Amino acid sequence: MKLIYTDSLVIGAGLAGLRVAIASKERGLDTVVLSLIPAKRSHSAAAQGGMQASLGNTVKGMGDDEDVHFQDTVKGSDWGCDQDVARMFAHCAPKAVRELANWGVPWTRITKGPRQVVVNAEKVTIEEAEEAHGLINARDFGGTKKWRTCYTADGTGHSLLYAVDNKAISMDIPVHERMEALSLIHDGKRCHGVVARCLITGELIAYVAKSTTIATGGYGRIYEVSTNAIICEGVGQALALETGVAKLGNMEAVQFHPTAIVPVGILTTEGCRGDGGLLRDKDGHRFMPDYEPEKKELASRDVVSRRMTEHMRKGKGVDSPYGPHLWLDITLLGRKHVETNLREVKEICENFLGIDPAKDWIPVRPTQHYSMGGIRTDATGQSPQLKGLFSVGEAACWDMHGFNRLGGNSLAETVVGGMIIGKYVADFCEQNTLEIDTSLVESFVGKLQSEIDELIDGEGTENPFELKQQMQQIMMDYVGIFRNGPELEKAVSELQDLLKRANALGLKCKKRHANPELVEALRVKRMLKVALTVAAGAAARTESRGAHAREDFPQRNDKDWLNRTLSSWPDANSLSPQLEYEQLDVMKMELPPGYRGYGIDNAIAHPDTEKREQEIAEIISQLGPDADRHQQQAAVMPFDVPDSLKPKNERLSDTLAHSSTGEIAK
Amino acid sequence: MAKGRTLTFSIFRFDPQVPGDKPKMVEYQIEEAPGMTVFIALNQLRELQDPSLQFDFVCRAGICGSCAMVINGMPTLACRTLTSKFTDGKIKLMPLPGFELIGDLSVNTGKFMREIAERLKLWLHPKVGDDDIHRLEAPMSPEEAAKLYELERCVECGVCVSACATKQMRDTFVGAVGLMKIARFELDSRDARNAEDFYHVIGNQDGVFGCMTLLGCQDNCPKDLPHMQQIAYLRRKMAVTLV
Repeated sequence: MKLIYTDSLVIGAGLAGLRVAIASKERGLDTVVLSLIPAKRSHSAAAQGGMQASLGNTVKGMGDDEDVHFQDTVKGSDWGCDQDVARMFAHCAPKAVRELANWGVPWTRITKGPRQVVVNAEKVTIEEAEEAHGLINARDFGGTKKWRTCYTADGTGHSLLYAVDNKAISMDIPVHERMEALSLIHDGKRCHGVVARCLITGELIAYVAKSTTIATGGYGRIYEVSTNAIICEGVGQALALETGVAKLGNMEAVQFHPTAIVPVGILTTEGCRGDGGLLRDKDGHRFMPDYEPEKKELASRDVVSRRMTEHMRKGKGVDSPYGPHLWLDITLLGRKHVETNLREVKEICENFLGIDPAKDWIPVRPTQHYSMGGIRTDATGQSPQLKGLFSVGEAACWDMHGFNRLGGNSLAETVVGGMIIGKYVADFCEQNTLEIDTSLVESFVGKLQSEIDELIDGEGTENPFELKQQMQQIMMDYVGIFRNGPELEKAVSELQDLLKRANALGLKCKKRHANPELVEALRVKRMLKVALTVAAGAAARTESRGAHAREDFPQRNDKDWLNRTLSSWPDANSLSPQLEYEQLDVMKMELPPGYRGYGIDNAIAHPDTEKREQEIAEIISQLGPDADRHQQQAAVMPFDVPDSLKPKNERLSDTLAHSSTGEIAK
Repeated sequence: MAKGRTLTFSIFRFDPQVPGDKPKMVEYQIEEAPGMTVFIALNQLRELQDPSLQFDFVCRAGICGSCAMVINGMPTLACRTLTSKFTDGKIKLMPLPGFELIGDLSVNTGKFMREIAERLKLWLHPKVGDDDIHRLEAPMSPEEAAKLYELERCVECGVCVSACATKQMRDTFVGAVGLMKIARFELDSRDARNAEDFYHVIGNQDGVFGCMTLLGCQDNCPKDLPHMQQIAYLRRKMAVTLV
């Protein structure tokens, strides 16, 4: 048995994983990263639009700060998020952006003076302050009060991933590529590492570590059509689920992005709409103002996706061999803008559709995009059930997104979450000793070896590719944008049939080393369990919140459902996950549940909401008029971040206020 | 939908881990569907005809660079190659030359790219003194930021390396990908290195003076990066440094 020891083990070499690895290495810890692919190929690279951080440099971002970012995030989450975490996140986001600039990211910068932008289909001239020249720019995104999304053209994820991976290389952090983690080594209380399989040689290797961080991204590929890279299959969530101990949070919270191209489901960034692009129906009519007169195309993603689906159900979609779609019109932005700020979008349109988006409309429809659910962690990123197991980024339910994530908050979460949780991971490694129980390690290696032997030598006849396709179809048909009881029940029972069939997988290719069919077979069983947590969680949640929209329960029900779904799989042979609920405490919230700002306010109120609002008003009034916003915030809902991240964020408005010229931009 | 034409794929097959295995070309046939790409076709082949077929895709959207291979003689990204482009319906797939072969169409570009990054130190070497992340960031000219992004769009697909005659003849040549990255850091005002520092890594036959200007890198780069312009620029810069 090959055994590799390290202090901090990270599974996944995207932005979140690399950022944690850097934090570990900065503290002198031995650090190893495992990745299915070369780090720079990670799905983080595909993020186009940008990263939210309340820098407030641009004139359209003036007045922005952590408070506004926090409020937007909580409202965006439909009050499903952990407000402590949303605070930690909003506080550290500007630091992460500035750190990335120091690591080489060429953030798009502000040019002083007037510039023309498109707002609500009209050309508007805005004037950037002299003092803002050369500072980091921001664009508009859905669900945000201010222009807050920092970007590099429309290749933000690419720029960030390259800078962070380069930083990791400069620190000599090893990335073991083409290595797939397939089971966690644990004793029911503490995680000790993973058993991984080399995708080239087929060798099983035990990695034993003080801390194990899962940063493997989302589970979008349990759906047939997804904007996710094809490696985003939820195996990281399955690793935790299969321990029987660690729990997953809010797995039913799955986001659909409004504008993926038809039919292949490749994303066009929300920046298209942020920069002024419009949605049109088969008659060329701009329909979003009819549904959401205030926010229009820039309502939250879940809202826009549902409005588009509603509109297509009315027969307003454009017919195509792949079903109905709508149009995304960015022609009004002008060729120069499209060719510089939306260049990736242009390339995608040319290569996959054969159209020129500077003059043609883009065929789009809502497509699976983001996994708000994931491995449930506490605010430090650690699993409450399994010590030493951490999770970060899309893989985790940390949980700053609740039931709907705002555009620009995922890229931000990877690096901000990695920055914060990385420090807690390092703390854990410093405070805990390594425990190597070789018989425990051997038992996990042996179990995986038997699973592989059974697949190669067994008599099974089920085809892994076929099972996966059927699972993806079920998820698409019955666990989509709009959900209802009968369809969800159907999804659960059909997925359970597939899970049974997955016990009889048979392989045609008998190689023990690089064998794509074996890889598929090992994954599909795990993916099916993840899919069941999504379907079962959605079936049980009889309300609508954020991206989880039940046609049979259209109200957001704070009275009964202001909670987080926890799913676990204690009995490996069972066909269902175990569901339980973690209550969100209104009396500890800084922002008690309220109207989110879309459609009619049909929420069923929580009994504590009014009480908490009064309490907050009292706390604020007791502080008196001299208290600044930081003091008020600390009194209402104190939160903690590692000491080195505690200082306040400086903004241009602060320096302008202190400058002798006294010219403060409005 | 009307029945599509029949495509004939001729695919390089070789498993270097199987003792005695010999490289060979194997033919497969598949019905074309509207909008079919080589990505879609290869996955169908694997799922329905031969589950042992090895190839690499990650983003399938032309963003990650993992699927470069030689398609009808030209190195390019397979994910965004539409099968309709080939009028005779015959498509020949070979792995990228110049990289360690994992099997069939899969090559280890990741290992190559990491080694080149370590060898040339392809990361920002920041000037000291602007690392306070709580304070306002240092300004940068908007034009410089835009230029840096233009040079940074490389996806490390390996096409430039496989299309480079110098690289094929001399393994130690850093190739366009390495030089492009040097050019990106050379341009960056935040980087502390000067021309002399860069001269030590690329001022020789393995660097800018090894390039034969055959334009294979620039002609095939899926991101249309200005490789030759940057190599020429660096060459002039290195020549001046030499004097």
